[in-house]
Amino acid sequence: MSAKQKGWKDLELGCVVTEPGSASSTKTGEWRSERPVRDNTKCIKCGICYIYCPEACINEDEEGYFEADLYYCKGCGICAHECPSSAITMIEEEEE
Amino acid sequence: MKKGKIVGLEGSFAIAEAVRMVNADVISAYPITPQTHIVERLAEMIADGELDAEFICVESEHSAMSACVGASAAGARVFTCSAGQGLELMHEVLYIPSSMRLPVVAVAANRALSGPLSVWCDHSDVMALRDIGWIQMFAENNQQAFDLTICAFRIAEDKEVLFPAMVHIDGFYLSHVIEDMVLPDDEVVADFIPEYEYPFALDPERPVSMGCYGPPFIYSEAKKAQEVAFESTKPKILETWEEFGDTFGRYYAPVESYKMEDASIALLTMGSIGETAMLAVDEMREEGKGVGLIRLRLWRPFPFTELREAVKDVELLVVLDRALSSGMGGPVCSEVKSALYDKREDMRIVGFIGGLGGRDITIEGFKYMVNRALEYPEIEEEFEIIGVRE
Amino acid sequence: MMEKYSLFVPRLVTTEENFAPGHRACIGCGEALAVRHVCKVLGKNVIIVNATGCIEIFSSLFPQTSWQVPWIHTLFENVSAVVSGVESAYKARIRKGKIKDRGVKFVGFGGDGATADIGLQPLSGAMERGHDFLYCCFDNEAYMNTGIQRSSSTPYGAWTTTAPAGKQSIGQITWKKNLPEIAVAHKIPYVATACPSYPFDLMDKVKRGMEMEGPAYIHILSVCPTGWRSSPNQTIEIGRLAVETGVFPLYEVINGEYRLSFDFPKLKPVKEYMKYQRRFGHLTDDVIGRIQARVEEEYLKLREKAGVK
Repeated sequence: MSAKQKGWKDLELGCVVTEPGSASSTKTGEWRSERPVRDNTKCIKCGICYIYCPEACINEDEEGYFEADLYYCKGCGICAHECPSSAITMIEEEEE
Repeated sequence: MKKGKIVGLEGSFAIAEAVRMVNADVISAYPITPQTHIVERLAEMIADGELDAEFICVESEHSAMSACVGASAAGARVFTCSAGQGLELMHEVLYIPSSMRLPVVAVAANRALSGPLSVWCDHSDVMALRDIGWIQMFAENNQQAFDLTICAFRIAEDKEVLFPAMVHIDGFYLSHVIEDMVLPDDEVVADFIPEYEYPFALDPERPVSMGCYGPPFIYSEAKKAQEVAFESTKPKILETWEEFGDTFGRYYAPVESYKMEDASIALLTMGSIGETAMLAVDEMREEGKGVGLIRLRLWRPFPFTELREAVKDVELLVVLDRALSSGMGGPVCSEVKSALYDKREDMRIVGFIGGLGGRDITIEGFKYMVNRALEYPEIEEEFEIIGVRE
Repeated sequence: MMEKYSLFVPRLVTTEENFAPGHRACIGCGEALAVRHVCKVLGKNVIIVNATGCIEIFSSLFPQTSWQVPWIHTLFENVSAVVSGVESAYKARIRKGKIKDRGVKFVGFGGDGATADIGLQPLSGAMERGHDFLYCCFDNEAYMNTGIQRSSSTPYGAWTTTAPAGKQSIGQITWKKNLPEIAVAHKIPYVATACPSYPFDLMDKVKRGMEMEGPAYIHILSVCPTGWRSSPNQTIEIGRLAVETGVFPLYEVINGEYRLSFDFPKLKPVKEYMKYQRRFGHLTDDVIGRIQARVEEEYLKLREKAGVK
């Protein structure tokens, strides 16, 4: 049931929310107008992009690269701006 | 039935005894006349090791209620008390435990509102709290102040209730007056107040989010759920009072009647003035007037059914308000009128306002009200403030 | 300048995110990043009390929550009182044997409005009473959630919607209220300033504040691209410049002892910090000069307190 279909009988006592972190189903990536693209030849796998991401959506992959999860990435460009080896560029999103 | 021992106690001390006997965990309060004797006595009990509780000496009434909310959300049994301006300052916070369903218990030592500044009793502070969503009841004497405080904990914490509850006592008339009363044994009260677990207490082992914000798609549903739950507290209140009566020998009802069996005229009061009103009824009965008395014990949820039943044979209902809703009249009277509207077209309801800011209402005052009401509909004013010098 | 442990970041901090992605903060929000950093250190054994404001709104749109730990929001101004209640409840119930002592920590979150203005009294009360809690003020220097109105934490000369720049005004005409110093005046064991541009410093401070017995206060500068009229990708850089220019020095006060977290014998000019923010765009060199002088004066005082020669 979506939130907007919940009737008054479906609410928990005092409207308490019992599922921790349930907001992670929200696709904030839809807000994005630019996406980060990484050049692996320049990436030094330092993880600076990881620590500065306000969305907590950049994670280390099996090869040690840091990849933004586009489901959440809002395209702020902090990762590109802070990357010490200029390995990340922001490219415009296009209508698919 | 073990009734306990008879003692002479100030109303404030009686309430402190109740809080001690229910073994409250957290008390959070800010001093204000005429509530101070309650918190002073509680602080003394804690200092002497008679009560094991955290006393948070907060820096305002707003914080007093906020700390109660936090403590209650963390699963504690909590108590606070205030009066007049203090209740006004905590007003914003009072809506929180009712909407979050936290069983905070509070006592209000009813006091007038500024200005001019007055520390004395009336019900102006109570009337500002009508919509806060708390269970609210009125005590008439020190015994009731004690009894209803005990009941408030039991009712509020009932799993089928989980709403905050407030006991109203008239400032000074009860808070500072010593009366004989029955103090039950600690064990009997302890048995009557079971341990309780708040189902969603703040606990890292079961993380919950409380107080998420509600956009228009959910706010109305939230309020409907709260209101349905609030209205359904009534049977639990009645059940608790019944059980209290069976245990302690004193029974309470949402609307209590005195000499109403054959009364065609009824006085309606709330709080300590009921005792004077009873004396006035006795005298008027001797004078041959068919007068009785109705006292509202339960103020929220409003006892519609019981009130209608109590006045079913009444021709004239005289309502005394100890508060003034400016430009409107007596708030209790207007609520009573709306509760009885279209139920009793043949009954006249006349409102009087008196006892503001600690002004006494005497037996003569009640006689005056009844006589004036009998002149109705010649009275042109919507309401009358009595006992005022020209 | 990044801190010395800049490389291989995830090896130095937990990859666990206790503040879940999917929150609705503005693009490039420095406050959301600060919350993320704070929550990484707080871990799971914590109860968070949150004031009304940006954080509460972007994290708790019913029926969803970004919080992985117990969290409660009630009102704007009462965080410190609510957290006092939560802490006291645990204290009483542990003492009375009703619950086990599992070392739960208690934390209050508020913005600069909730801390410096409307909630200052409850904060002062809670610090004075000595409750065992950590208070984090996320300072974005105005009432951003309601639309960039000025607070007492808004800096001199900044444009806001209620202190706008105009023919007769430079915008904010009062100097930023010094909240950390107010906390220090309460003689609490731990006070610090922090900024998510310096994440390891911030996280160290949260750890120290959390472990300290009694009240701890951390004042976190949170760059707000929306309200500061700055580019979202410059959030980290602006925070860094706030520190390097001395506008927002990073320091700690442990049991009354001051310690500068980063010292700059030669500060960058404040203009470097202000040029990226359109909220300062209207300022003349004259006003900027006044700000420069004030910043240098304050920084000197701070260095003296920290015993730096």
